[in-house]
Amino acid sequence: MSDLLKMTATQARNLLLKKEISSVELLDAYQTAMEETKGLNNYVTPTFEVAKQMAMDADKAYSQGTASSLSGLPIGVKDLFCTKDIETTACSAILKGFLPSYESTVTSKVWKSGGVMLGKLNCDEFAMGSSNETSIFGPSVNPWSKKDGNNLSSGGSSGGSASSVAAGAALMSLGTDTGGSIRQPAAFCGVVGLKPTYGRCSRWGIVAFASSLDQAGPFTRTVEDSALIFSAMAGHDPKDSTSASLKVPNFSKAVHAGIEGLRIGIPAEYYVDGMDIDILELWKKGRAWLEQAGATIVDISLPHTKYALPCYYIIAPAEASSNLARYDGVKYGKRIEAETLDEMYELTRADGFGEEVQRRILIGTYALSAGYYDAYYLKAQQVRRLIKEDFDKAFNEVDAILTPTTPSPTFPLGAEVSDPITMYLNDVFTVPANLAGLPGISVPAGLSKQGLPLGLQLLASHFREDKLFSTASAIEKQAEFSLVPPRAAGDLQ
Amino acid sequence: MSTLVSGRTGEWEVVIGMEVHAQVVSNSKLFSGSSAVFGASPNNHVSLVDAAMPGMLPVINEQCVKQAVLTGLGLNAKINKFSVFDRKNYFYADLPQGYQISQFKHPIVGEGEVKIELSDGSTHKVGIERIHLEQDAGKSLHDQHPLKSYIDLNRSGVALMEIVSKPEMHSAEQAAAYIKKLRSILRYLGTCDGNMEEGSLRADVNVSVRRPGHLLGTRTETKNLNSVKFIMQTIEFEVNRQIELIENGGEVKQETRLFDTTTGMTRAMRGKEDAHDYRYFPDPDLLPLTFDDAFIDELRMGMPELPDEIKYRMVNEYGLSSYDANVLTEERETAAFYELASDGRDRKITANWMSVELFGALNKAGIELAQSPVSPSQLGDLIDLISDGSISGKIAKEVFSEMFETGKDAKLIVDEKGLKQVSDESTIFAMIDEVLAANLDKVNEYRGGKDKLFGFFVGQIMKASKGQANPGMVNQLLKQKLDI
Amino acid sequence: MSVDKHVVKKIARLARIHVSEKKSELLSADLGNILNWIEQLEEVNTDGVEPLSSVNEHALAWREDIVTDGEMPEKVLKNAPENAGEFFVVPKVIE
Repeated sequence: MSDLLKMTATQARNLLLKKEISSVELLDAYQTAMEETKGLNNYVTPTFEVAKQMAMDADKAYSQGTASSLSGLPIGVKDLFCTKDIETTACSAILKGFLPSYESTVTSKVWKSGGVMLGKLNCDEFAMGSSNETSIFGPSVNPWSKKDGNNLSSGGSSGGSASSVAAGAALMSLGTDTGGSIRQPAAFCGVVGLKPTYGRCSRWGIVAFASSLDQAGPFTRTVEDSALIFSAMAGHDPKDSTSASLKVPNFSKAVHAGIEGLRIGIPAEYYVDGMDIDILELWKKGRAWLEQAGATIVDISLPHTKYALPCYYIIAPAEASSNLARYDGVKYGKRIEAETLDEMYELTRADGFGEEVQRRILIGTYALSAGYYDAYYLKAQQVRRLIKEDFDKAFNEVDAILTPTTPSPTFPLGAEVSDPITMYLNDVFTVPANLAGLPGISVPAGLSKQGLPLGLQLLASHFREDKLFSTASAIEKQAEFSLVPPRAAGDLQ
Repeated sequence: MSTLVSGRTGEWEVVIGMEVHAQVVSNSKLFSGSSAVFGASPNNHVSLVDAAMPGMLPVINEQCVKQAVLTGLGLNAKINKFSVFDRKNYFYADLPQGYQISQFKHPIVGEGEVKIELSDGSTHKVGIERIHLEQDAGKSLHDQHPLKSYIDLNRSGVALMEIVSKPEMHSAEQAAAYIKKLRSILRYLGTCDGNMEEGSLRADVNVSVRRPGHLLGTRTETKNLNSVKFIMQTIEFEVNRQIELIENGGEVKQETRLFDTTTGMTRAMRGKEDAHDYRYFPDPDLLPLTFDDAFIDELRMGMPELPDEIKYRMVNEYGLSSYDANVLTEERETAAFYELASDGRDRKITANWMSVELFGALNKAGIELAQSPVSPSQLGDLIDLISDGSISGKIAKEVFSEMFETGKDAKLIVDEKGLKQVSDESTIFAMIDEVLAANLDKVNEYRGGKDKLFGFFVGQIMKASKGQANPGMVNQLLKQKLDI
Repeated sequence: MSVDKHVVKKIARLARIHVSEKKSELLSADLGNILNWIEQLEEVNTDGVEPLSSVNEHALAWREDIVTDGEMPEKVLKNAPENAGEFFVVPKVIE
């Protein structure tokens, strides 16, 4: 049944409930698509057997009337989530072969809701990168690459998560976002990517990059699907001290709530030099769409926007330098044998970490070290407060903020890898939300002149994902983005 | 009392500060739910958090917070309602996270003080700089393999309080008095078991010397001392070493040293030539630790009486000597035993019985008070028998050793053995008559003026009564008989 | 600003990452560029601004003091590159 891949999660669920399709059938279609799109290098560890069992369990649940919100829906997982007895590497050589004896809270919740695990998805090493090129498994390829053209980047760090959903090799997927790692690849691949409010989803069991910024979130084809899976992922976890003890509202309702009377802010500072003209135009369109849907557009100012990126590139590496100290060749993962303990550490970590990860560890170590702490780390924390205060002020006036997700569409693999700062600039529009802990969503909203997907980003105040869903849904309706990427699985075409 | 030390070139003042690591009494660890109990098989009291598995996160144990606050209250210290956990970053085999969660800029407890008493009776205050909560590290075993070290993470993550003193001690004696007093307070509070041998309480000792009135000298830090004796030895060794070094034209190097328990000497630690740069920063996995006044007040209300207060009561209300009060308050258990045993009885006699008879017997048997075969109420009963004249002090000692041996009640022993004091006039007269009749010659000598013989008769009568005759009555009645 | 080779080595040593002579030269330029770029933060007036380490606004939640974990040395040791019985094993450490 070739239409299986074309369904949204919400549609598939309705058919599953009506028993018009079975979970096993749906899974078969996706496993075939996974095989077919192997060239995109999205799955680093497919979990065929586990998936079969889960799909059969889901069918049983449907027949017994005990199905949950995600029962039978095939879902891929970024290889940053620890999955019990399934290799979890963070796409790093240093964790090769690591078999967790535990399951992350978010994935547990998704499986408890009946989700079917397709496998572990490619990402940048320890989620450090914006093109998926720092992965030890090599980059994920964007399905929007022309059939005979250059391989384009899926974005990063959750490249595999975005690419697999776009290519029809996953119905939905899980990723993490520290500085844009969900929203940027979602924009590059033409799918919906949600970064929830910091504290909304538990970080327990997710390989940490920068603890004060990391959040798990979903990739889906529609806003409605995003709300569906996010409702299953979110919620307080007593094992994560930074997780908020708040009730999770019904987000699916928000999707259809409309935006009549909402106030949407357009921040002046997001007009940056060198921004792609197509993106500027799309942003204008987005503004018009929201106005047509009944929202009021307000020009706002977020004066410290410019400093978000350098601020992020102190805070994230500083936290990472400490978070990654545990990869030392003693308890798990790789070890290079040596005569002394220190030599063992130094050789193991030099060999096990890739270049970008080493670079960030060194930057972070430097920023925290004696004599530089005040000038770098402390300064960055102060700037972080100013950035957050900018948003606090803005959200006194508006319900949501509309920006482009990225300053440009995706690029060929290898094009930006040599210059770290050019690469970092990919995250210029996404990083502020992480620094301020705000929820953000990227919605596919159009194509560039070269036929590459572009995304619009919406930001809301803390724990107001409902407003994101309402607003994103309005954009989705008017953008009518339904094009299928050239390198997607055949049945999606 | 002067604490100055004479060197070859003049007098030196010794300056000592201490960082005491006290293991918090709690069931589970500071940030994980695994057991904090000492002595399990290697890596059995280890959770995935303690082993720093990827993605594991810390969640704070409320009991450890309470214990730290209670300790602060016990040391009359400022309690900080806002404190922050920082990461102290360094690599070591028994530090699985690559950082220790500690408190750097904002500790849970601020300044306080400990009052110490020295052997000459003088008292002295030692300032507390701060107390912070932190994780213990695991344990490296270096003697299991010629080329390898073995790592056991059982202690990894156990809660410690680091109690930092001000550099306000000036002799090994003061340092010893400080650690003993601190230990005693922690044990009274129940916040640390004070077991130095097992490492529940250990000290890093900072020592420097200077010319009186001059600026502070360079200090050395000797790590991980787990007995009062070692602390004193370290200080004495370091003071001599540093004075000799300076007097011979050398300079003290600021360094970390280790104490060798077999030689009694300290030596510089190897492999520590890297300048320490711990890169402290607030742990992003945790939020600031906050609580309100009500929380502190509740803990304050539940605080036990501390040794200084009990001592004050013993001296001023019970009339005990300062020495006895010291002995009886050193340990919480001792004071509690004494309070029970002496309740409603002669406080001084009870104190005497405890410090002489009971402690003597315990010492001889090599056991602790907690294992005493004689309970507080049993000791009290024995004292009652003395007070009401049922037995004499001498018999009581006999009864006590029997009690200590068998655990039986005093009354039972007295009854079984018929040791009850004889206070019946006619019985005593009969005994007197018997003795006098057998010693008529001496009776005559006495009556002839040899007064000294009175004692002889008393002795004979007591002997005849197997010590049970009431000695007061024997004296009185004998006098009556002889002086007729 | 530039980060000279010795600083790179010192930092790498703190981070326990071996860097060769050649690599330390490359990193010296690389890190220097990044730090130069980061130094635009100096333009921001942060006088009297309280540093922000966490965007969370809730209070730190406390756990009850009960033993709920541990007693699973096999899980703790299962991924270890080297172990002896229930111990992790590392090259000998000399104190």
